[in-house]
Amino acid sequence: MNVLLALTFSGIALGAVYFLAASGLSLIYGLMDILNFAHGLFMTLGAYAAWDVASHLPVSWGAPLLFSTALVASILGGALAAGLTEVLIIRPLYGRPIGQILVTIGLDLAVVGLLLGGFGSNSLSVPVPLWLIEATHVGGLSLPNSDFVALVAGVVVLVSLELFLRKTRYGITIRAGVENRDMVSALGINVGRAFTLVFVIGGAMAGLAGLLYAVVFSGDLISPTQGDSLLIFAFIVVVIGGLGSIRGSAVAALIVGLVQDYTNFYLGSHPGMAEIGNLSVVLLLALVLEWRPRGLFGSTL
Amino acid sequence: MTNALEVADLHVTIAGSHVLQGVSIQVPVGGVTALLGRNGVGKTTTLRALLGLVPSTGAISVLDTDVRGWSTHRIVRLGVGYVPEDRDVFAGLTVAENLRLAERVDEPRYDDVYAIFPELRERTRQRAGTLSGGQQQMVSIARALLNGWPLLLVDEPSKGLAPRLVSELADVLERVATLATVLLVEQNLAVVRRLAQRVVVLDHGEVVHTGDAHELDDPDLAKRFLGVTGVR
Repeated sequence: MNVLLALTFSGIALGAVYFLAASGLSLIYGLMDILNFAHGLFMTLGAYAAWDVASHLPVSWGAPLLFSTALVASILGGALAAGLTEVLIIRPLYGRPIGQILVTIGLDLAVVGLLLGGFGSNSLSVPVPLWLIEATHVGGLSLPNSDFVALVAGVVVLVSLELFLRKTRYGITIRAGVENRDMVSALGINVGRAFTLVFVIGGAMAGLAGLLYAVVFSGDLISPTQGDSLLIFAFIVVVIGGLGSIRGSAVAALIVGLVQDYTNFYLGSHPGMAEIGNLSVVLLLALVLEWRPRGLFGSTL
Repeated sequence: MTNALEVADLHVTIAGSHVLQGVSIQVPVGGVTALLGRNGVGKTTTLRALLGLVPSTGAISVLDTDVRGWSTHRIVRLGVGYVPEDRDVFAGLTVAENLRLAERVDEPRYDDVYAIFPELRERTRQRAGTLSGGQQQMVSIARALLNGWPLLLVDEPSKGLAPRLVSELADVLERVATLATVLLVEQNLAVVRRLAQRVVVLDHGEVVHTGDAHELDDPDLAKRFLGVTGVR
């Protein structure tokens, strides 16, 4: 029973990171019809921004402050990368969705190549405070503190994103644009600004996801290709949840995280079954699409 | 300004099909000009081209401004309200959110809008997707009226409405026409006769007739260009 509870908890934490990675992707697709293959790059760049800042600041700041700064750096790094991508690379290709998709793939390959050249393929270690590696004991369970951080980050982002989309003028514009972009501009609204905003928001969440994934699941190590592997799961989450739906992404991220965690634990230790967690996620995707081709939450926010 | 809208030699090609082949239209300030024609002759495309929603060539002057090559939101901000075919309300947004998105002036005219559509005031928190067709049409027209703009493009407002609602709609459009110049695409000739002063008839992507609305009384004209007979 305890094992199941602990697994559920870590599955939810994994789901929280998937949600951060997927929700921006979902918004971008919903509003702009772009499958943004550079989203994994935003995750990677967020993580590298965090590493870069944390490793250049004086150690005397202390680990907690260094890590907080790194968190902020990951968010800003991802947001900046995404904003520049939209303005410099996506914008000249408005109205040409295929070109936009191709250019995001090219950008990802090119910058990942640059990172490999600049930092090497070895993983880099992000400095984290000791308590983040420790665990909290709750009623006989030992729950990693980093999982709590991922969980809190996921919930905070979900709540703020929902508030933003429901209460602010920009948020309402984005929801309307996901439904019918032409009509938004026919009301006199510059949809291009909403595009940039959605990229910046999505990039910020992706950057945070990139750092948290490293901290929670890969022993504080970051590498140039980590974003691309995370991106595959983010795409699966977006499709299961329903393209353009934030709530769909949240629910689907939890389901994917849990399924992956359970199958990995219960089946993954058998010979030849090391990849069973990943396989189960793909099977889940196939099942959901068979049952609901538009995903769990259709195409509205 | 004598014409609210001037279009000269407008061409539009969509997916290899030459939809508009040199359309020229003048819409004088005030009253209702009706744009008529059979299904598929390019009426909706004409409105969309005026708003920059589809690429076009030719001259378009909106409210005395040459808008060739402008993006849609800039054209709209000159003072153009648009009521699209099929209403295009944002289904997932509430009525209030639909209207809020349309606010483009410092003092949106909610009083005017609610005077025309008192029902909307009671439904501000309802999702537009759950409204009836007639109520969605109210939201769509309300969005276009909210800024008190001088020119309205209204595309087949009676489409899909029950006959009783169509006559209510005509009442509303009659009031609207006292506030703004209206270019109206409409298939219901009874509505056109009641509202329009001028008609422009399109056929196969070209203007084939421009004239006074009461010329529609000529059954021959109606039959030749609109494919309707016995309208009275």
